[in-house]
Amino acid sequence: MNQLLKVSDLSISVAAELDKQLVKNISFSLQSGKTTCIVGESGSGKSLTALSIMGLLSKQLKRVSGQIDFQGEDLTKLDGLALQKIRGGRIGMIFQEPMTSLNPVLTIGYQIGETLTQHLGMKGKLLKDKVDFLLEQVGIPSNRANSYPDELSGGQRQRVMIAMSIACEPAMLIADEPTTALDVTVQAQILKLLHELKGRMNMAMLFITHDFGVVSDIADDVVVMFRGEIVEYGKVNDVLGNPSHPYTKALLACVPDADGKKALKPIDYSWINEFKGA
Amino acid sequence: MNEIIFSAVNLNKTYKQNDGRFGIREIKALENVSLHLRSGSTLAIVGESGSGKSTLARCLLQLLPLDSGVVYFEGKNLIGLDKKELRQIRRYLQMVFQDPFASLNPRLKVGQIVGEGLVIHGLGSASEQQSKVIRMLERVGLEESDMEKYPHEFSGGQRQRIGIARALVLSPKVVVCDEPVSALDVSIQAQILLLLKELQSEMNLSYLFISHDLRVVRHIADEVAVMFQGKIVEQGQVVDIYNNPNNEYTKNLLKAIPGNRVAY
Repeated sequence: MNQLLKVSDLSISVAAELDKQLVKNISFSLQSGKTTCIVGESGSGKSLTALSIMGLLSKQLKRVSGQIDFQGEDLTKLDGLALQKIRGGRIGMIFQEPMTSLNPVLTIGYQIGETLTQHLGMKGKLLKDKVDFLLEQVGIPSNRANSYPDELSGGQRQRVMIAMSIACEPAMLIADEPTTALDVTVQAQILKLLHELKGRMNMAMLFITHDFGVVSDIADDVVVMFRGEIVEYGKVNDVLGNPSHPYTKALLACVPDADGKKALKPIDYSWINEFKGA
Repeated sequence: MNEIIFSAVNLNKTYKQNDGRFGIREIKALENVSLHLRSGSTLAIVGESGSGKSTLARCLLQLLPLDSGVVYFEGKNLIGLDKKELRQIRRYLQMVFQDPFASLNPRLKVGQIVGEGLVIHGLGSASEQQSKVIRMLERVGLEESDMEKYPHEFSGGQRQRIGIARALVLSPKVVVCDEPVSALDVSIQAQILLLLKELQSEMNLSYLFISHDLRVVRHIADEVAVMFQGKIVEQGQVVDIYNNPNNEYTKNLLKAIPGNRVAY
């Protein structure tokens, strides 16, 4: 299988205190046309992992070790300009808050077109047609291209974000909690859209979420993170159906099910000391 | 079945929005909403953002004025009561808010936050109030020493425990929980849900539980009312509604619960 992304031995620390590790020696890989979900609680390091792949870590943080091979190229060796070309080009990104990631004073058509001009040098009629095509791909009528973000609902804004992120037909899409701020029915629509686009474009998707329901809907592989470390990594059916690590089991026991048959069980952290010993 | 402790009949509430030069636009936030809460049970209100859930909560507690309709608590009509009478009754009607970061005064110590209601209602002497606050904090999983701390020293889940302690220290009868776990991690969410359930049976509380998460509702509620565009489109026992939804909107809502793969 075509291996698209391979993260090996990635560690991230606070720049001022290098022994304070936020992400510890994590490794995973991603194939074209597949979805890998990273799940974990807040503070487990899932978003940091995504940010460091795109070279967007803030200055207070530092990658202290590891390689990020993307299409045979080590992203950690590239400078800012080269990374900028890859971001939005071969790697698309969607963030959690569609309200804050769009520029409120520019039309959505302009913002989608900006990516295309920047990366592919598209202009004029060609650009307009492509923007219209993208809007239709994500289910927004193309006559809305001149709308401003505040004229759209949350779900529509997230669709615009998706149109921007897939504009240059990226090989990989990184989605950081893209549906967390949305209503459950809208969430289902957006997940469906991402799933379809992924299939149509043979895109790989790195999907960050804390919702196991979402994981079971879209993931092929699952990475479970806890306090900066990967505690479990495998096929979705294995991890959800037959978790091997106590943390995964405990986390799954916290998720309420729609049938109400399962008794909720909060995490008992007593095993963590054993975990640290191992 | 238990007796009805809290009920609302034909509530209406309209927001007026200034619609630029075209004058004023009216938005019906509540349209003929009626509901009953039984003593010791949990009624969940579910719906999407904008469906009127939070407006309903605020109108029920008389924090927002209603256009029309009546609200009964233990047989007493709350509409038209003056401030003093309302304040006396509010002791029995408490609220737990969604955002544990925004709903605690950052300049007060936890002891003051939790004890404020006791002071306002003049319940007990200072030392009785203090021991009540300590007992409540310990009951929700915090410690006596936490009384001297400020809210920012706590995590989200702990702050929600403080919010619960603040509501329950007055020994209320009805607690309105407005999305109490939606800002929390799933592990913390489970802890808080279980805590709420335990406290309900210990203190014989009736919950009005507002949520958009149908998985959470399935666990905590006895009855459920589904809201859509300011109206209650379906209500009944949780088991019945989840197994046999009648309304088209309820069906869509249930279908959209992640983890079914029905969407594809």
